[in-house]
Amino acid sequence: MAIGEIKKTSYSIPVGPIHPALKEPVRLDLTIDGEKVIDVDVVLGHIHRGIEWLGMNRNNPIQTLYLAERICGICNICHPYAFVMAVEHATEIVPPLRAEYIRAIICELERIHSHMLWAGVAAHEIGFDTVFYIAWRVRENVMDLIEYITGNRITKGIFTIGGMRRDITEEQYPTIRKCLDYYKGIYDQLGKIFLNDRTIIMRTKNVGILSKEDALKLLTVGPTGRASGVAKDVRQDQPYGSYADLGIKAQTPDLLTGTVVGDVYDRIIVRLLEIKQSIGIIEQCLEKMPSGPILAEPKVARMLNTLKKTEGEGIGRAEAPRGEVFHYVRLESGRDTLATWKVRAPTYANLMAIPKILIGGQIADVPIAFASVDPCLSCTNRVVLIERKTNRKSYLTDKDLHELSVGKTRKLKC
Amino acid sequence: MAILSPQAVVDSFKTIIGDSLIDSRIYEQPVAVKKNIFRTIWLTVKREAFRKAIEHICKLQQYPHLAVISMADRGDNIELIYHFTIYFAQQLQELSLGLRVLVPKSDPRIPTITDLIPGAIFTEREAQEMIGVEVVGIPDNRRLFLPDDFPKGVCPWRTDEKGLKPDMLRVLPGRQPKSG
Repeated sequence: MAIGEIKKTSYSIPVGPIHPALKEPVRLDLTIDGEKVIDVDVVLGHIHRGIEWLGMNRNNPIQTLYLAERICGICNICHPYAFVMAVEHATEIVPPLRAEYIRAIICELERIHSHMLWAGVAAHEIGFDTVFYIAWRVRENVMDLIEYITGNRITKGIFTIGGMRRDITEEQYPTIRKCLDYYKGIYDQLGKIFLNDRTIIMRTKNVGILSKEDALKLLTVGPTGRASGVAKDVRQDQPYGSYADLGIKAQTPDLLTGTVVGDVYDRIIVRLLEIKQSIGIIEQCLEKMPSGPILAEPKVARMLNTLKKTEGEGIGRAEAPRGEVFHYVRLESGRDTLATWKVRAPTYANLMAIPKILIGGQIADVPIAFASVDPCLSCTNRVVLIERKTNRKSYLTDKDLHELSVGKTRKLKC
Repeated sequence: MAILSPQAVVDSFKTIIGDSLIDSRIYEQPVAVKKNIFRTIWLTVKREAFRKAIEHICKLQQYPHLAVISMADRGDNIELIYHFTIYFAQQLQELSLGLRVLVPKSDPRIPTITDLIPGAIFTEREAQEMIGVEVVGIPDNRRLFLPDDFPKGVCPWRTDEKGLKPDMLRVLPGRQPKSG
């Protein structure tokens, strides 16, 4: 090598399986050149629990419903929703109208809490912990409301095939309205914090861009897709539940700013717009909710008998906070369990866009760019840096990676 | 592109692939108070015409959305259903389209569709490892969910001799394994 010639070396960094921006363990193998990310590979499977296998071999369909609720800690309304729709589709059981409206209310409450949770985690990823605390404090109100309505904060156990297990009574309306008023009251303040703050703008604008074409090609769903200008929202597109009556419009960032960039900032805009939309949907539901029964078949044993006799297949699609949840169910007569069950969670589709989002960015932007997809969030473990030439390993702990990100914010602020 | 009614979509498939369209079914269900219709099309095509059918879906909608491929062991055949949605991003216009294709176990091969729909890669990789079909021409042949030390030739969703062996199932203490 001649003197003065610079040799290009790329490094590979596995991020995960346990990582701050992931609730479920997923590994990202980053290839980096200096600070720049030049290639990304997503490795899955660390938490494959064989839930579909259990639904097809061990549990009866009613038990599987509660298993579906436990697929995800946050989308534990959307999975049972999609599942009951698929079974209702296969058996042609029609849930009562009131149940459809209660389903939508619970679903939207979940969206508010999930988006607030995401907002907090995103702020934490860029080292803005004050906002993290504020966002999670604000989230507590909707969690309390969910507990008040369903009896539980997380796994609500309120869905069943052919309806709902609990009604929302007239006496509960004022408490629901009070909670919604609270969110309406602080909404502008939230918008100010997330959209006008200099730090957040610096760290999120033009970071992790996903173009509309890539989003369409890679089947991106949910807020990630909508932030790239794909106005795809199951609540808008395909009539299901009471959403068919409500005239939902998919929220894209151009509604607020007039343009679509597809960066992290746009994903914040979409989620904030959706919180406002959810408040509107719940209010509409409370107004329009018809009275009547909430269950098509209250006896579980009789329902199981019907399911056992049914021969048929169906799909259920529900818009979760992160995108479309898809369930396919096939029932065979004389079989206790489901004959086929396939679940597609939104992150399954969104992970394919991760390479496009991360490539070209900096390592310090990886946490926020990755978290912007909202792939179910938790806490980093460690990152291994391997220098290819010497095979020397050095470790970056969760703290180091987090500090890199925080350090970037500090540097930008100075 | 004009939006076709479900019947027109089925008819357009008939003209394109002819006899290779084995079965077609339209499911319609009025929903909630306003009775908007939830519409699903189920098509069964022969494996020979599968690529042609996918190409036709790409003509109906520029970037069709493939939700997932569902897989089932149906005796001598493996059933694959490609769950598409078309006409999305428009209010109440979306159609769900399930494209079913049966692959014989004696020759479990299906061409890839990743050249037309790049995002199909995850679900094709999953189909390879879970039910044991060979996706011909797949750009990334690795496993998706199963660990690298999982025995080769075992496909968890098969119910025949290629399926999970009883000794691979962990039975919780105090429980009896289910027979059959």
